[in-house]
Amino acid sequence: MFGYLLKRLIQMTLVLWVVSVIVFMMMSFTGDPVFMIVPIDATEAEIAQARRILGLDQSLLVQYWKFLGSLLQGDFGQSYVFRQPAMTLILERMPATVELVLVAMVFAIAVAIPLGVYAGANPQSRMSRLIMSGSLLGISLPGFWVGMVLIYLFSVHWGIFPSSGRGDTAEVMGLRFSVLTWDGWTHIILPAVTLSLGTMAIILRITRAGMMEVGRQDFMKFARAKGATKNDVLYKHGLKNALIPVITIFGLQIGDLIAFATITETIFSWPGMGKLLIDSIYRADRPVIVVYLMLVALIFVVINFLVDVIYTLIDPRIRLK
Amino acid sequence: MTKADDHPLLSVRNLRTYFHTFSGTVKAVDGVSFDIGQGEVMGLVGESGGGKSVVGFSILGLIDSPGRIEDGEILLNGKDLVTAGEAALRDIRGRNVSMVFQDPMTSLNPLHTVGRQMDEVLRLHTDLDARARHVACIEMLESVGISRASERLKSYPHQFSGGMRQRVVIAIALLARPGLIIADEPTTALDVTIQSQILKLMRQQIAEKGASMILITHDLAVVSEMADHITVLYCGKVVERGLTRDLISAPSHPYTRGLIASIPDATDRQDRLSQIPGSVPDIRNLPMGCNFRERCPRAQALCAQQEPELMPQHGSLRAACHFPLAPGDTA
Repeated sequence: MFGYLLKRLIQMTLVLWVVSVIVFMMMSFTGDPVFMIVPIDATEAEIAQARRILGLDQSLLVQYWKFLGSLLQGDFGQSYVFRQPAMTLILERMPATVELVLVAMVFAIAVAIPLGVYAGANPQSRMSRLIMSGSLLGISLPGFWVGMVLIYLFSVHWGIFPSSGRGDTAEVMGLRFSVLTWDGWTHIILPAVTLSLGTMAIILRITRAGMMEVGRQDFMKFARAKGATKNDVLYKHGLKNALIPVITIFGLQIGDLIAFATITETIFSWPGMGKLLIDSIYRADRPVIVVYLMLVALIFVVINFLVDVIYTLIDPRIRLK
Repeated sequence: MTKADDHPLLSVRNLRTYFHTFSGTVKAVDGVSFDIGQGEVMGLVGESGGGKSVVGFSILGLIDSPGRIEDGEILLNGKDLVTAGEAALRDIRGRNVSMVFQDPMTSLNPLHTVGRQMDEVLRLHTDLDARARHVACIEMLESVGISRASERLKSYPHQFSGGMRQRVVIAIALLARPGLIIADEPTTALDVTIQSQILKLMRQQIAEKGASMILITHDLAVVSEMADHITVLYCGKVVERGLTRDLISAPSHPYTRGLIASIPDATDRQDRLSQIPGSVPDIRNLPMGCNFRERCPRAQALCAQQEPELMPQHGSLRAACHFPLAPGDTA
């Protein structure tokens, strides 16, 4: 187990290092941030000085070395725009994004698993076909369109839910949560539903495929021959055996949603880090983008590690090596 | 419960289980009848695809779409299972009738411990508390010959060998003390050396618990050791039945004789094993008359025109054949 953790840690570090190289290269080839900082009427000398202060006058290799050095010290630089540490900026907004994503994932699972199990257990029924058609819709409809339709229907037309912001929040251990207040709930429902549809559809389809596969196994029939109820057979015996691919996709989707909740956050003016990213890209606010990308890479790597650990909890035949 | 002589433990009457597939209706079980008394072992014999397993699953009400029990009665202690609802059947499964499957490698859930899978039966069918169930599981595991039982309860199926897993499956089948056990090719997937151990175990356990058993197999050698009486199926129909010693020593149906002749015999040194020529006809498209006639050495014109009925033969035998063998017949 210790050997596995060590190996995994080295692997994760390696991945993050490669990401840092890619991020740095990308940043160096996209625009010159100096012009975002100096006034429009700056002289050549002022521009050169700004360049020197930012360290942009040195060779790429030296720049990367310094970049890596400060990364390792936890120094991600100051935002050019906000004049604040980039990390602080992002960490301020991250809880809002994480909250939105988690609520969306809970929605997705609460709907996708029961429907997927049903559709997998009764592939011929009319209801299953309806579910499968619905899931195709969920996969193909673009999020921004769904978001706008939901706003039109629920905010503009019926006036049930507000269309933007987080609403009232309650603070727990220094973090603010919308889901702890009623007003917050009404604010989070529309963006969470918008964000969840794609994931819901994918998880539903994978659950169904897994259940169809498992349904053919002898032990399912043996469980029935023992006198177990239909639900026990499906959920206790079947679902657990169908869960490995579901968990895999679930992990990837969480990472995906945290990284790319941007569109949904923009539509619903959700004050998360996705919106910050968009703003930073417009303003070529390099440090913020770098921190954002590194953080997303870290989230992916950690979630994948957790998924591997969860495998072993589900299936005793899988060992961490 | 009435006495065993009043009516048998299980009485199957004219059972028809059909599968409605795209390429036609498969009459997997077509008018099968048999009785099993208390404490009896019945062998249900036939080739692959002969509908043997479907009989077993029909009794438990585990026929899935596109299959359906079209007709007939399955009377367990006089109560019809065909018309019983799903809730009533669920209560009977495991408690009154349990099943041992062919392949122990796949009949246990790989993600649950053996203990949990055993406990499930007791939880479903008894009022015992957790401690009593645990004790009962340990006792049952020990009685099927698994040592260090309390430790082994925490193991997963993949930590057992095939023979050990089949012992676990048998333990699960016996746990709730059912009156009838349906064993569907219980030793086919096992090593030859393990086979006789498992058969011995089953025979001993069933005798101890006074249970009855349907032993489904293609292996007449196995049945002849275990069964009190034998029912031979061919293309979903009973072609012959009778007491084991009568049927094995002097079968009256040519198909049964073919099955017996194909058992390897150590005392009779032959170069080649005897076999039944041809193969089972397409069950979706059975010929007129006797289903076996194309493979039968005794077939005559009548066999193509008229389907033979099950008629009394010598001894305890009944066979569905126009030209049955008498004891001593060789051709």
